[in-house]
Amino acid sequence: MATFKEFRNNVKPNWCPGCGDFSIQAAIQRAAANVGLEPEQLAVISGIGCSGRISGYVNAYGFHGIHGRALPIAQGVKLANRDLTVIASGGDGDGFAIGMGHTVHAIRRNVNMTYIVMDNQIYGLTKGQTSPRSAVGFKTKSTPEGSVETTLAPLEIALAAGATFVAQSFSSDLKQLTSLIEQGINHEGFSLINVFSPCVTFNKINTYDWFKENIVNLATVEGYDPTNRVMAMTKLMETNGMITGLIYQDTSRRSYENLVPGFSQESLAHHDLTLSEDDFNGLLKEFK
Amino acid sequence: MISQLSWKIGGQQGEGVESTDRIFSTALNRLGYYLYGYRHFSSRIKGGHTNNKIRISTKPIRAISDDLDILVAFDQESIDLNAHELHTNGVIVADAKFNPVVPEGATARLFAVPITAIAEELGTSLMKNMVASGASWALLGLPLEVFNKAVEEEFGRKGAAVVEKNIEAVRRGAEFVLEQAGGPLEQFRLEPADGKQKLFMIGNDAMALGSLAAGCRIMSAYPITPASEIMEYLIKKLPKFGGTVVQTEDEIAAATMAIGANYAGVRTMTASAGPGLSLMMEAIGLAGMTETPLVIVDTQRGGPSTGLPTKQEQSDVNAMIYGTHGEIPKIIISPSSIEECFYDMIEAFNLSEQYQCPVIVLTDLQLSLGKQSCEMLDYNRIVIDRGKLASDVPPLETHAQFKRYELTEDGVSPRVIPGEKGGLHHVTGVEHDEIGRPSESSINRKKMMDKRLSKLNSLSITNAIHVDAPHEEPELLIVGMGSTGGTIDEARVRLEEAGIKTNHITVRQIYPFPTELFEPYADRASQIVVVENNATGQLADQIKLNVGCAAKVRNMLKYDGTPFLPSEIYSRSKELV
Ligand SMILES: Cc1ncc(C[n+]2csc(CCOP(=O)(O)OP(=O)(O)O)c2C)c(N)n1
Ligand code: SF4
Ligand SMILES: [Mg+2]
Repeated sequence: MATFKEFRNNVKPNWCPGCGDFSIQAAIQRAAANVGLEPEQLAVISGIGCSGRISGYVNAYGFHGIHGRALPIAQGVKLANRDLTVIASGGDGDGFAIGMGHTVHAIRRNVNMTYIVMDNQIYGLTKGQTSPRSAVGFKTKSTPEGSVETTLAPLEIALAAGATFVAQSFSSDLKQLTSLIEQGINHEGFSLINVFSPCVTFNKINTYDWFKENIVNLATVEGYDPTNRVMAMTKLMETNGMITGLIYQDTSRRSYENLVPGFSQESLAHHDLTLSEDDFNGLLKEFK
Repeated sequence: MISQLSWKIGGQQGEGVESTDRIFSTALNRLGYYLYGYRHFSSRIKGGHTNNKIRISTKPIRAISDDLDILVAFDQESIDLNAHELHTNGVIVADAKFNPVVPEGATARLFAVPITAIAEELGTSLMKNMVASGASWALLGLPLEVFNKAVEEEFGRKGAAVVEKNIEAVRRGAEFVLEQAGGPLEQFRLEPADGKQKLFMIGNDAMALGSLAAGCRIMSAYPITPASEIMEYLIKKLPKFGGTVVQTEDEIAAATMAIGANYAGVRTMTASAGPGLSLMMEAIGLAGMTETPLVIVDTQRGGPSTGLPTKQEQSDVNAMIYGTHGEIPKIIISPSSIEECFYDMIEAFNLSEQYQCPVIVLTDLQLSLGKQSCEMLDYNRIVIDRGKLASDVPPLETHAQFKRYELTEDGVSPRVIPGEKGGLHHVTGVEHDEIGRPSESSINRKKMMDKRLSKLNSLSITNAIHVDAPHEEPELLIVGMGSTGGTIDEARVRLEEAGIKTNHITVRQIYPFPTELFEPYADRASQIVVVENNATGQLADQIKLNVGCAAKVRNMLKYDGTPFLPSEIYSRSKELV
């Protein structure tokens, strides 16, 4: 069985020293090993951004796509080969701005895969513009007088969209993050994990210390029940989304691949493509 | 006896025009006639004038006719809008209920049949289309049993009683009109057909069927006119083969999901029309850059923007060729018949894997939606070629990666499907090296650009152009694409009769333009007329750009939303000579 080291490649990430994304990379590698995967059984599909580079830093099949489209690519991969473990990953801009439409619909569709958002409340790669996750009043290159748009609450949206697995973590908490990714992989259906991942270069507000001060670990909340959707929604609203841990999980709904009529239980990628002559003749009938 | 005839049914949308047309043409198809249909419809579901026209012939036809023999009308509007097409010997079969009148100037003979009254007498006005079609069928003097069989199939699901009622409606309509006419009309007596079994289908169904035959098992798409039938067909069929259609949230998702699935080894397609293709452009570039196979159907309709969504146009040529930013290898093929719609999808999937690049199959509304006869499709012509798809690749050294973008002589690198132990590699839309890692090196950049773009140097498609060149030195070389081929050929027969020598080329491989094949025919013609349904002459521009004959190229354009008629091409060609 592969160890987490086998999910490393010898590529040096081009992230700034101290960037939160390093821990997410490590957590993915550990989680993959912990759930018993071999590198060739994992596909990491990423978007564009500093965060999007992650697919190149995990020794697995990697696909670095276009900005905002990691999710549809990843769903295509999973539908083509359901034997693969598919992780999609990207930034908050990638998933909650340009790709928000896909995020909501991927949640609804509930394909069996895991989506990790590396949420730094800013656009890192394009050097510091506001993101949908930026706080009101946040000053950036694109909002020199402070952002006036409301901060997006993606996890509340996810619950409203019918998410079956919603979690949040913090890149400093490698243990929790690794465990949540494992749970996400093991969850049948679409698992969304939003990870606070400080951008040390462009975001001087949402720093490691700021997160440490402001987040509440659900493990410390007595009586919290992650199978209770109303409780999950209430908690997110009460805390302005500043909670970490497993927020909600619904194990009763089957994943898309298991609900779509006739969908192959075996990897489609390994099907024989040829149509039998009988099938072909049968198909012609309705046109005669 | 005559060898061909045109029949049209008109009424309000939702009034049964479609089903009448379906039964009528199914019966004719069974008799072995060649059929060519044209649907006039608008973007409304109920209400609004709609009509379906079928041309019936004992010989293959691929064009709508200039005129009309029989018009079946459910309302006066249908008569007023269409009577001008009727030739002097024409006939109108109309519902007596609305007191139909033949418009001034028209000489058609009117049969006012109590269509609604008979239908209501039999139980429901819904059956009026059966009364009407029975009446018009009877005028042709064709065997009623064949027609009844088609009725039986249409209503079989609803039980024997319904079938019986409908057959009775047909009989009553026939009986009434025959009494008025004193028997079938001599001027409409068709020669017997060749009796060969044919298929009768729309281009979209043929493309969907072709995709299935090509091994396509996933389609990701977003509904749009006139592409939706492709997804609707596959929604019905793919589950039987373990696959599925995913109705995505938009066309960006449709194209990128198809890229993901193709990357993971499943032949996957998407289909749309201009607005959707516009949204897919960035994804098409990604497929080009990552060398991921991708098949996209563009069923052209009236643009720009929402344009004329239910009307004929061929104005996406430039957008398909130039739409993506940067420079990628890309293949655009354009089928020009129903048969080709089928076979071209198989070829498109093969090309996309052989050259590892996006392939766009470009049709137009008339080809996608016009129902036509199609020669029996040949199972033995279904050949699947997946190109350089490697399997059982040897294991990798630690930290080594599979050379997914290995530099090779023909530019095409071996591809592995994710899951293979020895195939680990990275794919990115960022410029990359042989193992798919991002690279900004100028040397690498040039090598990789050349590699990707050189892949198409070896491209050779059979029938890149269809040539009909009986003349060594024609006055006109008429060039077209898509659905116009049959119309051009009919016009040519008349031109020939008028002493004008023409050759004809249908361009099937739109991009890269098949210059070498085209050039000799261009050289020999006095003038080159490019017939296309757009306002700026996009195909003509490609010819001017690629073939050294710009001074000889003339545009023949039509962009009013309707297909060319043979008479238009005839008279406009005549003016040119
Ligand atoms: C269609 C498109 N628009 C814009 C860009 C430029 N762009 C690249 S990354 C990015 C935003 C990055 O922010 P985020 O997704 O939060 O990732 P981060 O860099 O913060 O990890 C933008 C706007 C692009 N690559 N593609
Ligand atoms: S700019 Fe910010 S997000 Fe990007 S690598 Fe540097 S620290 Fe990380
Ligand atoms: Mg960001």
